[in-house]
Amino acid sequence: MKEVIIVKIGMADLNVASGGDSLKTTGLGSCVGLTLHDANIGIAGMAHIMLPSSDIAREGQLNIAKYADTAVPELLSRLKAGGANVRRLVAKLAGGAQMFAFASGSDSMRIGPRNVESTKLALAAYDIPVIAEDTGGNFGRTIEFSSASGILTIRSVQNGVKEI
Amino acid sequence: MELFSHNAEFKMDVLREVGNIGAGHAATALSRLLDKPIDMAVPKVSFIPFEDIADRVGGAEEVVVAIFLRVEGEAPGNMFFLMSQNQARALLQGLLSFELSDGPQYTEMELSALSEIGNILAGSYLSSLADLTGLPLSPTVPAIAVDMAGAILSYGLVQFGTMGDEALLIDTTFLEDDRRAEGHFFFIPDPESFERLFRALGVPI
Repeated sequence: MKEVIIVKIGMADLNVASGGDSLKTTGLGSCVGLTLHDANIGIAGMAHIMLPSSDIAREGQLNIAKYADTAVPELLSRLKAGGANVRRLVAKLAGGAQMFAFASGSDSMRIGPRNVESTKLALAAYDIPVIAEDTGGNFGRTIEFSSASGILTIRSVQNGVKEI
Repeated sequence: MELFSHNAEFKMDVLREVGNIGAGHAATALSRLLDKPIDMAVPKVSFIPFEDIADRVGGAEEVVVAIFLRVEGEAPGNMFFLMSQNQARALLQGLLSFELSDGPQYTEMELSALSEIGNILAGSYLSSLADLTGLPLSPTVPAIAVDMAGAILSYGLVQFGTMGDEALLIDTTFLEDDRRAEGHFFFIPDPESFERLFRALGVPI
């Protein structure tokens, strides 16, 4: 039996995996872990999205994996290059937590929910359905996604392990 | 960051000194609270890729106790007081002789005591920094979390996220005399705060 390779996704990073391999990202707080899966050919993609929109970028060299609006098209083109059909893709989301609660809800404090909203908006532009999500709350998550099964495994300190 | 294209070494030295003075006062406050000597390492000041920041405290998935405060005023930023669970327990025992509850859960009372410790330490850090720079700086009410280091620290990096893939942070390690307890102080000024800090300290920009 082939050994399953786990591809690590860093913060503001994205990648694809197939042939039964898995994708993993650790310590999602307000960041959103987006996964896309084409079950027909067993290809999966994952992005660790940090910020809602590249409109607010002030960096010279844009890291397109960092923003919801740029990470989604990039992940799609990587999946397409791997043979995926956009019409078959389904999305799952995790993360987007609000790690600390403050009375004064300034905008940067709501970054988690805004990341989730923007990611959904970017997916809707390509008619990709979000079939499951584990978002919000005030806790961190580590996620692993199997290209074979399309199952997203979510681990958190308080709630243990959960599959969606 | 463009601000550091010129005289970078000197500017880093200045920030190290900022950490030294701030954390020095905080260490003194902690030492008084615990009634025992607290050592402090020389602050580390550097641009660190987001990826590597959690490694300073044991990795992205390491469960830590973190007290977070937003710094408000002329040089806003984020401040974290981070420690391992063992360190938090040692602190509670040392300070309050608490009968500690078992397991990873903390009681309301324990969390509130830890928040208050973070509050006192951050307060002394910031007031010494405000004295040094002449800039008004004040901490918000602290928030506390027991969770993965990566999830917690990434929250403090959002302001840097729009500018690149690394953050400038001032990291100071505290050590209890017998090395039983160790804590980290992370001061992450917002990107636009550096110029104000340097101006206030008379550093040529």
